[in-house]
Amino acid sequence: MHYLFEPGLFASGPVRTALLVGAIVAVTSGVIGVFTVIRGQSFAGHSLADVATTGGSGAFLVGLNQFWGFLAAGIAAAALMEGIGVQRRRGRDVATGVVLGAALGAAALFLYLGTLHTSTTGASFTVLFGSIFVISPDTVPALIASGVIALVVVALLSRVLLLSSLSSDLARAKGVPVRIVGMVYLAALAVSVSLAAVAIGAVLSTALLIGPSATALRVAKSPGLAMAVSALTGVAATWIGIVLAYDSFYWPPLGHGWPVSFFVVALVLIGYLLTYVKRPRRLAPRSPHEGAECSPA
Amino acid sequence: MFTGLMLNTWIAGSIVAVIAGMVGFFAVLRGQTFAAHAIPNGAFAGAAGASLLGINVLWGLAVFAVGGALGIGALGSERQGRKGRNDVVTALGLVLMLGLGALFISVSSEYAEETYALLFGEVFGISQNEVLPILLLGIVSVVAIGVAFRPLMLTSALPEVAEARGVSTRRADLYFLVVMALATSMTVPVVGALLMFSLMIGPAAAARSVTARPGTALAFSVAIALVTVWISIALSYRTNWPLGFFVGVAGAVFYLLGQGARALGVSRTRLAA
Repeated sequence: MHYLFEPGLFASGPVRTALLVGAIVAVTSGVIGVFTVIRGQSFAGHSLADVATTGGSGAFLVGLNQFWGFLAAGIAAAALMEGIGVQRRRGRDVATGVVLGAALGAAALFLYLGTLHTSTTGASFTVLFGSIFVISPDTVPALIASGVIALVVVALLSRVLLLSSLSSDLARAKGVPVRIVGMVYLAALAVSVSLAAVAIGAVLSTALLIGPSATALRVAKSPGLAMAVSALTGVAATWIGIVLAYDSFYWPPLGHGWPVSFFVVALVLIGYLLTYVKRPRRLAPRSPHEGAECSPA
Repeated sequence: MFTGLMLNTWIAGSIVAVIAGMVGFFAVLRGQTFAAHAIPNGAFAGAAGASLLGINVLWGLAVFAVGGALGIGALGSERQGRKGRNDVVTALGLVLMLGLGALFISVSSEYAEETYALLFGEVFGISQNEVLPILLLGIVSVVAIGVAFRPLMLTSALPEVAEARGVSTRRADLYFLVVMALATSMTVPVVGALLMFSLMIGPAAAARSVTARPGTALAFSVAIALVTVWISIALSYRTNWPLGFFVGVAGAVFYLLGQGARALGVSRTRLAA
């Protein structure tokens, strides 16, 4: 037992913070991720994370806490993407891509200016790959609050959101303001992505967003069950990842821990691949709508 | 601006632009924007691994890019139209490679400078020896696209007809992803992983919004990519700001111009009608 749980693991302040923040991040990402996968917005989710990098590096440049940078850029980008509001999925992908490309360019500039002025070259690494062990306890209440707000918003909207995800025409006919629901949902997504960016880094937050929920959707029958499974899978992956990262201090190369992000990503992926082993593929009938997606542009 | 090492920069940048314009055109046409984002980023992890092992970075890039392309292709597009599933697999493949990249970088001792260069590009200071492999890989990917031009067009535009004629959409997808991976492994050291994506999508999207004819759009896409790279190199040389910034912004500007031109064109045809 001592080999697995290093003595003093749970007494260490940073580790406790990491476990707490990790759990919040995993639950938020897990629940919101289910909608992301159902709505086919994996690319948007990932782009929000990358755009958040721009905010994070900008915040670093002016000396603010990264989280606020992540949050501001994420919500702005969400509004922009929904504002462009291309209805066809392929056009939407291209619009997302263009926004993303420009934002990444700005991130490059901010990071460059940051290294120029402060001469701390580790900034790009922290912004991009995160470090859950150096979260300052002051930000924890803010992290918890934003996570809870995002969850409550999504919970209130869940029925409407599910309906508009599965058939936006039906939702519109029932008088659901589809655009507004979509925008609120993307804002919640931006919050959850910012949280994940703090914990495991902007470019890897997609792992927590998509991995557990894709796994859950492959095994669970109903959306509610999928959300629960997804949140649990995410928390498990994060906690085991944190423990392993703490242990890895004694792995080669000695005296240099492996990043938490790596373990979390690896665990999430193993979970997803296990669903392929367990269940044989079921041939679902293709609906005409799916075929329509592929028609010439 | 046009002497010595800078000459290599101009040559390498131009080759990269031609490739990115061509590959990007098909990426936009086939709706594989996300893959175009995932493969360069994943390749970056391979480069980090290669520099950890002390071998040529190009090998790491090639192995990870092609491996990622095969993985995404194999797990993803089993049935056409299931785009959501495709995206999930692409996202997971991407984060796996990035996670490995994070590990490699953290284990190796000298990370910051190298990471920054691989992510955001280091176009200045390309040596003569580096131009040659870029040129070779570039020719290979142009030939690969040229040979399969018709099946690629057919499966992009009319997947049902292609299936009926015995052209497998899935195999075309896989083929294209591998070509994209090849193109990526040569471009990442020059423009960087994050911005290779902008160079593929921006010009191609702009070209597509101006014209619907495939040949013309392809030519436009290559031309816009070339102009983007040239402007960016010149500006980056003058200001010393990262090249990636200019590439990203120029891509978005050209896209907006293209959309604007199309909007004008549409309103004009409406008036005429």
